[in-house]
Amino acid sequence: MTQAQLQETANIPAHIDEPGIRKWQDYFSFNTDHKVIGLQYLVTSFIFYCIGGVLADLVRTELRTPEVDFVSPEVYNSLFTLHATIMIFLWIVPAGAGFANFLLPLMIGAKDMAFPRLNAVAFWLIPPAGLLLIISLVIGDAAEAGWTSYPPLSLVTGQVGEGIWIMSVLLLGTSSILGAINFLVTLLKMRIPTMGFHQMPLFCWAMLATSALVLLSTPVLAAGLILLAFDLLAGTTFFNPTGGGDPVVYQHMFWFYSHPAVYIMILPFFGAISEIIPIHSRKPIFGYKAIAYSSLAISFLGLIVWAHHMFTSGIPGWLRMFFMITTMIIAVPTGIKIFSWLATMWGGKIQFNSPMLFAMGFVGTFVIGGISGVMLAAVPFDIHVHDTYFVVAHLHYVLFGGSVLGIFAAIYHWFPKMTGRMMNDFWGKVHFALTIVGLNMTFLPMHKLGLMGMNRRVAQYDPKFALLNEICTYGSYILAVSTLPFIINAIWSWLYGEKAGNNPWKGLTLEWMTTSPPAIENFDTLPVLTTGPYDYGVAHAPANVSPSENPVLRADADEPYPSIESDIETRT
Amino acid sequence: MKIPSSIWTLLIGIGLTLVSLWYGQNHGLLPTAASDEAVLVDGLFNTMMTVSAGIFLIVEGVLIYCAIKYRRRAGDHEDGPPIEGNVPLEILWTAIPAIIVIGISVYSFEVYNDIGGFDPHAIHEAPIMQESMAMPGTALAATLNDTPPSNEPNLNQQKSDEAMQDPATAAVRNADQIPQKREAPGVGSVSPSLGASPEKAGKPPELEVNVTGLQYAWIFTYPETGVTSGELHVPIGREVRINMTANDVIHAFWVPEFRLKQDAIPGRQSELRFTPKTAGDYALICAELCGPYHGAMRTQVVVQKQEDFDKWIQEQLTASNDTLKEAIALNPATVSPDEFLAPYTKEMGIHPEMLHQIHK
Repeated sequence: MTQAQLQETANIPAHIDEPGIRKWQDYFSFNTDHKVIGLQYLVTSFIFYCIGGVLADLVRTELRTPEVDFVSPEVYNSLFTLHATIMIFLWIVPAGAGFANFLLPLMIGAKDMAFPRLNAVAFWLIPPAGLLLIISLVIGDAAEAGWTSYPPLSLVTGQVGEGIWIMSVLLLGTSSILGAINFLVTLLKMRIPTMGFHQMPLFCWAMLATSALVLLSTPVLAAGLILLAFDLLAGTTFFNPTGGGDPVVYQHMFWFYSHPAVYIMILPFFGAISEIIPIHSRKPIFGYKAIAYSSLAISFLGLIVWAHHMFTSGIPGWLRMFFMITTMIIAVPTGIKIFSWLATMWGGKIQFNSPMLFAMGFVGTFVIGGISGVMLAAVPFDIHVHDTYFVVAHLHYVLFGGSVLGIFAAIYHWFPKMTGRMMNDFWGKVHFALTIVGLNMTFLPMHKLGLMGMNRRVAQYDPKFALLNEICTYGSYILAVSTLPFIINAIWSWLYGEKAGNNPWKGLTLEWMTTSPPAIENFDTLPVLTTGPYDYGVAHAPANVSPSENPVLRADADEPYPSIESDIETRT
Repeated sequence: MKIPSSIWTLLIGIGLTLVSLWYGQNHGLLPTAASDEAVLVDGLFNTMMTVSAGIFLIVEGVLIYCAIKYRRRAGDHEDGPPIEGNVPLEILWTAIPAIIVIGISVYSFEVYNDIGGFDPHAIHEAPIMQESMAMPGTALAATLNDTPPSNEPNLNQQKSDEAMQDPATAAVRNADQIPQKREAPGVGSVSPSLGASPEKAGKPPELEVNVTGLQYAWIFTYPETGVTSGELHVPIGREVRINMTANDVIHAFWVPEFRLKQDAIPGRQSELRFTPKTAGDYALICAELCGPYHGAMRTQVVVQKQEDFDKWIQEQLTASNDTLKEAIALNPATVSPDEFLAPYTKEMGIHPEMLHQIHK
C-alpha cells in the first residue's frame, strides 16, 4: 500500500464498515461508536450497581441484630468483599468511563474517540470480569478477605474465590487503563481547532486529571495483584510471612492505586457537577480556571497520600507525618471546588429539576465526607478510628453522597441528549427525596458507631450498638427502594418520554449543538465556537453552532474535519 | 429599618462560632477516655469537631439560602448575572482552608509527639555503610553478589528474641514458622508505633506485656512474672508497653477507650505504650479483618488499682503453679528480671560499629 493509501485508510472512522448502530442489537455487539460504548458502560455498570446494592442489603440485614443469624460468617465476609469490589470496580469507575465515552468527543467537537476499537475492547473486558465475580458467589466460593485482600489472610482463605477475584480485578484494571489512554489522546489531540484548553468544558478537565491518575496508579495495583497471585497459586512468598515475605509491602502497592481510586471515582463527577450547576443556575461557572486546575492538583496530590491507610500498620513515625500533611492539603483544592459551586449558585436563577437537585445533594452530602476526611488525616485521631464504622461512614459519604449522587445528576442531565427524550421530573424528585433520606439514615449513625468502638467487617458486634445498627439497616432498605422509581422512570422515558429537542436545558457546551440523540459521527460538519462553555447571561452571546443547524454560518461550513496529523500540526 | 448586610454577616458569624464551639465540646460521640493518651486525642478531636461544625454550617447554610433566595420564579426566563470570578474572594477561600489544615496538622503533630509518636527509640536508622563496603576490594564483589547476608544486627530479630526470653511468650509464639523481618532500608525495622512520650523517652516502661494475636484470640504474657492470660490486666497510672506480633494473619490491637490501635503483623514486632488512667473493664477489639470470626475476636482489658493488680497476678501464679515451676526451671537465671536483663540491655545500647571494634 502506498503512503497515501495508508493515510486514507487511517482517516476512515473505524465504524464505517460496521453500519447500522441504531438497532437495539448493536448495544450487544462489538460496536465502535463512542455513544454506543458510552451507553453500554452506563447500562452495564447500573446493572452491577443493582447487584452490589442487593449484596449491601444482605450485609445490612445480617447487621440488623448483634448475633450472626442471617448468613454464616464466611458468606458474610464474601458478601461485603464482593459488595465493595462491585461498587468500586464495576459501578462507579465504569460509570465515569461511560459518561466520558459518551460526552468527551461531543464536548470537544470530535467525531469519535481517538481509538474506537480500543474503546470497544476496554468495554468488553468488563462483562466477563463481572460475571467471574458473580459466578464465584454463586458457586459459594467467593473471595472473603475484603476488597483490600490483604495477605496473609487472602492467602489462607478460599483459594478459588481469591484467584477469581484477582483475575477479575486485573481485567477491570486493564479496561480502565485502556480507557484512560483513549480519553487522554482524544482530549489532547482531537479538540476542534478553535478550542484551546481554556475553552474546554470542565468535565473534560476532570477526565484529563482522572485519566492521568489511572495511567500512573493502576499498573502498580496490577503488579501487586500479580505478585499476590503468585503467592496464592505458585507458592512464592512475596507477601507471605511464613517464607519471609512482607505483608506490608502489599499494602503499599495496593494503596498506591486504591487511594487514587477514590479520586478516580470522584473527579469525573466533580466535572459533571461543574457542568450541571451553571446550566441550571443560569450563571457562568464561578472560577473556571480555579476549578480546572484544582482537578489537576487533586490528581497530583492523590498520588502521594496512599500511606494514610496504613497509619496503624508498619510505617515509621516521620512518614506518618508526611502523609498526614499531604492528605490534609487535598482539602484545599476540594474546598475551592465546593466554594466555587456555591458561588455559581449565588445570585443565579436556580431551576429545581432532578439534575440540579442531585447536584445540590452532591454538594451538601459530599462536604460531610470531605470534612471527616480531613479528620481522618490527623494521625492521632486516625489511630483511634482506623478500621471502624467511622471510616465506613466517611467513605460512603464520599462515594455514595458524592459519586453516586453525581452519577444520578449526570444521568438526569444528559438523558435527553443520550435518548432524545426527557426523564419524568416528578419521579426524579421522588427518587431524590428517597435517596437523601436513605443515604443519611444509613450512613450518618455509622460515625457514632465507629467513634464508640464498633469495628468494621464484623458479622457480630457488641449489643450496645444494636439500635444504631437497626436504623442503618432500615436506611439501607429505603436506599434499595429509592432506585425503583429511577429504573421505571428511565425505561419508561426512554420508550415513551416527552421528546427533548436538541437543547432542552439551553446549554452552551458543544454536546448540545447537535441532534438528540446525536447522529453516528456527531456533527455534520466542523462545529464553530462562538462562546465560552459557560457564558450564561452574557449579553447577546450567540449559542455555539453546528453549521448544519445555522444557515448563516453555512458559508464557512465547508471546512472538512482535520485529520489527526494536520490537527497536530495546527496545535504545535 | 433595613439592617446593612455587614451587620448581618457579623451576627451570623458570631452565631456560627458560638454554635460550633458549643457543639465541639458537647458532641458526646466518644467513649470514656481511660488513658493519659486518650485525653490528648480527645482534645484534638474536639477542636476538629468545632472547626468541622463551622464549615458544615457555612456550606449547608449557603446551599439552603441559595435554594430559597435564588430559585427561579415562574415566568422568569432570564439568565443570572454573568459573574465569572472574583480573585480576592478566591484567594480568601483558598487561604482559609489552607490555614485551617496547617493548624490542624500542627496540633496533630503536637499530640502525636506527646503520645510518643516520635520516640527516638522506636525508629532506628538503617546502617549507612555496609561492613563489606569498608573492606578494600569488595566493591566489585558487592556488585556481583546481589544481597550478601548481612552481619548487621537485625533489630526486629532482637526485639523478637527479647520477647522470647520469657518462656511463656515463647510457648505461644510460633516463631519457628514465621521468620522475623529484616530491616527495610531507611524506615526502621520494627513496625514502629507509638512509643514513649518525650518525657519518658529512653526510660524502660514500668510494665511490659507481650501480646500474641492469633485467629481468634489474644494471648497476653507478663515476662516479669511468667503469667499467661487471655485478658489484659493493667494497673492504673503505670506506663505499659505492649510488645506484639501475630501468629497467622494480621490482627490489630484496639482499645477504644485508650484511643490506641496498632497492627500485629506476622514476622514483625510492633509495640505500643500507654498509661491507663481510669479503672474499669474495657473491650479489646481486633480491628483488622482476620477471618470469618473476626467479630468474635475480642477480650477484656481490666484497668485496676495496683493492689488489685498484684492480687490478680498472685491468683494467676497460684492457679498455674505447676506450669510455673516448669517455667522457672527453664529460666536460665532465677535472679530478678532487671538483673537478668541488665547485660542484654547494655549490649543493645551499644552501637553496631562499636560492637565491631570491641570484637576486633
